[in-house]
Amino acid sequence: MSERRIELEVLRYSPERDREPRFQSYTVPCLDEWVVLDALNHVKDHLDTTLSYRWSCHMAVCGSCGMMVNGEPTLACKAFVRDYPDRIRVEPLANFPIERDLVTVMDDFMEKLARVKPWLIPGEDKTLGSGEHRQTPAELKRFKQYTMCINCMLCYSACPEYGLVPEFLGPAAIALAHRYNLDSRDGGRAERQEIIARDEAVWQCSFVGACSEVCPKHVDPAGALQQVKLASTVDWYREHLLPWVKK
Amino acid sequence: MGSTMETIRTDVAILGAGGAGLRAAIALAENAPGLRIALISKVYPMRSHTCAAEGGAAGVIKPGDSLEQHFDDTVSGGDWLCDQDAVEAFVDEAPGELLQLEHWGCPWSREPDGSVAVRPFGGMKRERTWYAADKSGFHILHTLFQTSLKHASIRRFDEYFATDLLVDDGRCQGLTAIEMRTGQLKLFQAPAVIIATGGAGRMFRFNTNGAIKTGDGMAMAYRAGVPLKDMEFVQYHPTGLPSTGILLTEGCRGEGGIMLNRHGRRYLQDYGMGPETPVGRPVLKTMELGPRDRLSQAFWHEQKKGNTVETPWGDCVLLDMRHLGEKLIDERLPFVRELATSYLGKDPVTDLVPVRPTVHYMMGGIHTDIAAATPLPGLFAAGECACVSINGANRLGSNSLTDLLVFGRRAALSALDYVRAAPRVANEATLAALAKAAQTRMRLLFEKTGGTESIAGLRAKMMDIMEEQAGIYRTGDGLEKARAALNELRRRHAGIELNDKTNVYNTEWLQCLELKSLLDCAEAVVAAALARRESRGAHQRLDYTERDDRNYLKHSLAHHHPTDAPRIGTLDVVITRSQPGVRDYSGAHR
Repeated sequence: MSERRIELEVLRYSPERDREPRFQSYTVPCLDEWVVLDALNHVKDHLDTTLSYRWSCHMAVCGSCGMMVNGEPTLACKAFVRDYPDRIRVEPLANFPIERDLVTVMDDFMEKLARVKPWLIPGEDKTLGSGEHRQTPAELKRFKQYTMCINCMLCYSACPEYGLVPEFLGPAAIALAHRYNLDSRDGGRAERQEIIARDEAVWQCSFVGACSEVCPKHVDPAGALQQVKLASTVDWYREHLLPWVKK
Repeated sequence: MGSTMETIRTDVAILGAGGAGLRAAIALAENAPGLRIALISKVYPMRSHTCAAEGGAAGVIKPGDSLEQHFDDTVSGGDWLCDQDAVEAFVDEAPGELLQLEHWGCPWSREPDGSVAVRPFGGMKRERTWYAADKSGFHILHTLFQTSLKHASIRRFDEYFATDLLVDDGRCQGLTAIEMRTGQLKLFQAPAVIIATGGAGRMFRFNTNGAIKTGDGMAMAYRAGVPLKDMEFVQYHPTGLPSTGILLTEGCRGEGGIMLNRHGRRYLQDYGMGPETPVGRPVLKTMELGPRDRLSQAFWHEQKKGNTVETPWGDCVLLDMRHLGEKLIDERLPFVRELATSYLGKDPVTDLVPVRPTVHYMMGGIHTDIAAATPLPGLFAAGECACVSINGANRLGSNSLTDLLVFGRRAALSALDYVRAAPRVANEATLAALAKAAQTRMRLLFEKTGGTESIAGLRAKMMDIMEEQAGIYRTGDGLEKARAALNELRRRHAGIELNDKTNVYNTEWLQCLELKSLLDCAEAVVAAALARRESRGAHQRLDYTERDDRNYLKHSLAHHHPTDAPRIGTLDVVITRSQPGVRDYSGAHR
């Protein structure tokens, strides 16, 4: 196992001590298989115990450790040091207020997620006693990709629209709404569509696709967004041009 | 830390927002409209470690299976230390809970006809493990979290770090918690508290647990006088990645993966789990589908014999999935492929994957009865932090995800009954005084100067001691060493001085508290392991190699003492219809 020394430049900010964010540099001896999170843990354990950041699973599924690594929204537990130059700059996710060091304020997303009703609104009355819904592998496949979102916030950080219009529901929330809309067991699309279509920023999304590019779970929120827009447009035409066609 | 403390009044406070906590919250919201529910967690719900569970959740649903068989597998898998009345209730309620998740939208994997698919798992005589590819825990957690969002009566307190239970008049009446974004201590006044904080695997060096699994809830209950039950039973999962401890699900073997030593031999046949079964055609309850304790113990013996493979991260055996083919691996085990490829550079489609046993799960925990109630009135517990016990001396894979649903719901209903049974007037002055005392302890920690100990240093020592002396095989001498060393570490913990004296999201402060929780839980593990002079399930003593039903067919109860060693008491195991027998994982049982 080879060891390599890197310069880790970490954004520091304590609302009680700092008037504005600053950078602090640490020299970290890294093993070949280390991820950036391991380097941060080395700093925390051995160099500077005052550094704060979120992390837990170290296997890219809990979504805690999203941060900017050399300017890109990344999960620190999936960012291998070997893929970076000797100087690595780590900052909190862009587009979010900083709470402390690498910790961002997530309130906005938590509120928006609840707003799009990301739960099953049953399409039919079905009691538990009647057993499971039948859902073929093909029906599962239609929405499965959108269930993989770990709420890591990388897509919000990458999204130019969210940066400009903070009211935008944003990629992950819309992808999760879309996930339920596509579920064969669900009947709540009209309710959710109403909420999403009301969000003017949805229509501004220019399909840059930055959200899908940074998604560590290949959810493709950009694709979801375009499908939602298309569905809304179809709804509008149905309502206004073909009112006799049942929705 | 301000001088006046905010009080939050609620009817039920739930500590922990993983699978068990969320299931409890939803059950309360559904069954008692208008009830005030506080869901308190040191992390956002979707960060909870339930998300890392991969393989699936057990529940009888298919023809040919039966509740009796699920019962028998669980009880024998637990080496007869399970409470059989609890196991009966568990297997009985399991299918309904999994079905309920299906109705809430959980993306369970399906058969071609659209019915829910099940896969084989270790120690189970029938295929009964419901799965969502190899991210079952993740999907269960997110289904529960998203479902919880529709209930306005569930008030969440995300990133609140609980410190103390408030006990007055012989009842638990609330807790104190640090609001992490301000550093302020809050008083939660609640006639009923449910603890659902998960395990404490971070006390060991090699573990599959997230950083948050520090036994906070167990330690809080323990310090409040509630015994911890069966703490000596710590589960090693046989297939962790050597560099990081990252788990590769038992589903790898369920789907047909095989275990090889350095000579390419399927060594499990040499440890009572043979004869060899055809490659790629796994046979239930034998060879690679033996239980986790037996597989992890076989590794230890192979290592002693020099049959393991050396890697830069220590000795390993090899998990071979190559014969499964890319299509099946991508369909059923895509996460495993991603993990092994990213973190170890081994693609299971083409490579042998080196694996080693890593600490995965605590069978023991807060002593509860079948209704998820602890001996302390007003306090309930569910999930990994609790010990009912349905897991006995060794949990079967895929029983724990079901466990947190069944007992999460039971804890909610018990808490509801308790709250409704009688109006209980709180002595608010006493509670405020207790909270004030907690705050004073925190302030003293902040004001401490001249400390010489480091959190990381003490934590590393604890992990090494536990790994060396309280691992897969134990001895009396080793455990005595561990006990002395832990005492020393507990003493030294008092010498920690915080470098960070700020209030906002101060993780040094929280890590200091977490380390104390781990040390408290570790003390209980070692004391209970010393007292149990037999070998049963996951607790193996080299100096007492046999199971001893005459003396030890009993639960252990570790009672905390603030300055002295814990007192270890016992409790009879509930046996309804299965007398202790031989755990047979040879091909002969078929």
